Amino acid sequence: MDITDFYDTFFEEAEELLADMERYLLELDVDEPDVEQLNAIFRAAHSIKGGAGTFGFDILQRTTHLFENLLDHTRKGELKLRRDIVDTFLETKDMLSDQLDAYRNSDEPDQEAFERICQTLQRIALEEIGQDLEDGAPPAPKPEPEPEPEPTGGPEEAGSGGSGKRIVSLLNVGEKDRQLLVEELGQLGEVVSHEGDEACYEVTLLSTDSNDDIEAVMCFIVDADQVKIRDAGGEPSSQAEPQPAVAKTQAEPAQAAASPAEPVAAASASKPAGGAKPSKSKPAKAKGAGESTSIRVSVDKVDQIINLVGELIITQSMLDQTVSEMENAADSALQNGMSLLQRNARDLQESVMSIRMIPMDFVFSRFPRVVRETAGKLGKDIELVTEGESTELDKSLTERIIDPLTHLVRNSLDHGIEAPDVREAAGKPRTGKLVLSAKHQGGNIIIEVIDDGAGLNRDKLLAKARESGLPVSDTMSDDEVWQLIFAPGFSTAKEVTDVSGRGVGMDVVKRNIQGMGGHVQIMSTPGEGTTIRIVLPLTLAILDGMSIKVGNEMFILPLSAVLESLQPAKEDLYAMAGDDVVLKVRDEYLPVVAVHEALDVPQAKTELTETIAVIVQGEGRRYALLVDDLVGQQQVVVKNLETNYRKVPGVSAATILGDGSVALILDITGLHRLSRAKKEKRRPEQHTTLEALTEKELEI
Amino acid sequence: MSQTNDAAFAAAEAHNREFLVFSLGDEEYAIDILKVQEIRGYENVTRIANAPEFIKGVTNLRGVIVPIVDLRIKFHLDKVEYGGQTVVIVVNVEDRVVGIVVDGVSDVMTLSPDQIKPAPEFGVTLSSDFLSGLGSLEDRMLVIVDIDKLLTSDEMELVERVAE
Repeated sequence: MDITDFYDTFFEEAEELLADMERYLLELDVDEPDVEQLNAIFRAAHSIKGGAGTFGFDILQRTTHLFENLLDHTRKGELKLRRDIVDTFLETKDMLSDQLDAYRNSDEPDQEAFERICQTLQRIALEEIGQDLEDGAPPAPKPEPEPEPEPTGGPEEAGSGGSGKRIVSLLNVGEKDRQLLVEELGQLGEVVSHEGDEACYEVTLLSTDSNDDIEAVMCFIVDADQVKIRDAGGEPSSQAEPQPAVAKTQAEPAQAAASPAEPVAAASASKPAGGAKPSKSKPAKAKGAGESTSIRVSVDKVDQIINLVGELIITQSMLDQTVSEMENAADSALQNGMSLLQRNARDLQESVMSIRMIPMDFVFSRFPRVVRETAGKLGKDIELVTEGESTELDKSLTERIIDPLTHLVRNSLDHGIEAPDVREAAGKPRTGKLVLSAKHQGGNIIIEVIDDGAGLNRDKLLAKARESGLPVSDTMSDDEVWQLIFAPGFSTAKEVTDVSGRGVGMDVVKRNIQGMGGHVQIMSTPGEGTTIRIVLPLTLAILDGMSIKVGNEMFILPLSAVLESLQPAKEDLYAMAGDDVVLKVRDEYLPVVAVHEALDVPQAKTELTETIAVIVQGEGRRYALLVDDLVGQQQVVVKNLETNYRKVPGVSAATILGDGSVALILDITGLHRLSRAKKEKRRPEQHTTLEALTEKELEI
Repeated sequence: MSQTNDAAFAAAEAHNREFLVFSLGDEEYAIDILKVQEIRGYENVTRIANAPEFIKGVTNLRGVIVPIVDLRIKFHLDKVEYGGQTVVIVVNVEDRVVGIVVDGVSDVMTLSPDQIKPAPEFGVTLSSDFLSGLGSLEDRMLVIVDIDKLLTSDEMELVERVAE
């Protein structure tokens, strides 16, 4: 086997270690750092260094080496942490990520950046503890009189290794792994003897390889902390730290193997262990729990299974339909079989869909960093609370929700939460509180960004809206006023700040969320804060639909967009400027979109009062869609039209019905746009530029 | 047989190509058989609104939504009927699956390079850009269509151009 085969494993492992590192760095209490956390950060750097060394990623190894040494001083209490030092550490972590990416893309990392970060780290070392990192950690000469915790990474180690007799002690390593390790060691040199029990197993080895190399080899099977290497007869040149974190180390391989989809499981496995005193029962438990938690599978494979199960569901509904149309359908055995099949198929579908689900922690875990940086820039004190991290959401959606959510969080920090002095004056604690929460509700996930800031100012919003020429009135409901912040080009901020001035606007946030089939709600109380609520469907692959009939054709409307349906009465229909029609529904005039007109459906009912008006909502506006019949509600599997064809105006996707035929899923705003475009085509001279302008705006 | 003859034979063999021959009205057309995924009947096509007339709609091919193009309409044939003989050739071009409606599939032919003549500059409805040549087979003439080029061309309106 080629060593490059292990590259991917290393990259993924290192990525997770870096994510852990960042989490611990952010959790660190600068004044009273938790030794466990410092150890965890140190171990992460150490493991990456080991891997980088094995695979010959020189720059990565050197960076982690410096970083590791500095961390070593930190955890020994020689380096007093300060906020800016933690910031540097975070920066270093980012640099390591970049380097990792470079190696992953078979590039060389940025040399300049590497030198810069090395200098920064060196400077901290010199200024804070008066030591040069390159010499290895301690100023004391080698071999050391006192065992020094884990200096295995020091360059002097490689030197001190030399050739000769070494005793490798394995701590808390199971029988099976011991055998493997002895075999591995046998390949490095000559194993003279091996004996001991599980708690401490000693292997005497004759080898010319450095201690570092020996350790690197064994790191594939056990964690670095479980291995002690010393020159036989000499001082221990390398010793595992006093083991407060044995449990953690046991959990780590499992964690590394866990897919990113399981950070919660992995974290919860390692957390209690990290805080626990060394005890024998703990590691075993953690290992047992972690062993079978997850496997890594490519998304393609999962999608393939999802597709196949979708097929199965369709076939099942086809069978169901056939059976129900059979003459002697009373055959109870057949009926029982069918209902059993239906239930099993649905269960199977649900389980398969859950594979794609990953916990919201995947999204939330990046916010401590965002909040910390933003708050630092704004000079505000913010406490971030996350709730419901284990709530699961479709993978494709979690990836797409990150940007809009980041924007909302930044916005809340900038405009929502007041400066500390203002808060104090208002009788609130100086530290603002930002809550990110996620929960399931029906087939939806609800993600909320809650701040305890000043709340939205109705008068200011209305004034600003008038200024921007938006159609507003004083009688608008609060809800409608709050929605104004999503209008394009709308900003009530007195000035554009570094935080909110960049990137996407709130209108883009809203459009992104709508693009995911969701919507945004805002609740705000003056003086108490604002809650922005994102409601998203759990998955994009399945849609709750309402089937409608127009002429002889069947279409699907997304149920989430349907508000109500009614038979239009003649007196509620008003003609406007020629062939535009509006429908009055409870004091509201809704534009009427005749589906048969927009989609050229033949043989449809054309008499308005004979049709059924479905009141739908799309992009914040309401329309009355005229259809011939409502057929029913059903869950449909969403199929992309663009895979083999192209985007069709007024249609968002397609699905396959129980009889095997294809039905199109309608896109409400697209449909409205289409019907207007058609009307305009019929009378190009009448509708003037204003109309064309709004049309264009919608297209953008 | 000498070895050189064998080699020459093999080389000639390698240049022979197999074509699926289908009919549109009275004309015979051929496409590279390697592009053909399957042949099925014409059924259950869902109309797509506001699409060109020759795009009949989409159909469900084992869970995949596949557009169906009627080449007879595209080539302006007089008689367009859908009957038991009407078949859909499902082809695979540039990672897309498209069904084309034809009047019938007759057979699979092997043509050697010298049987394929260059297509003359002709045709308003079928630009010679979309032809890879004319196959002559005794008294028959096969119009060899470059199905890749044809189906991904702008005028078929099947593929969305990035520029749009």
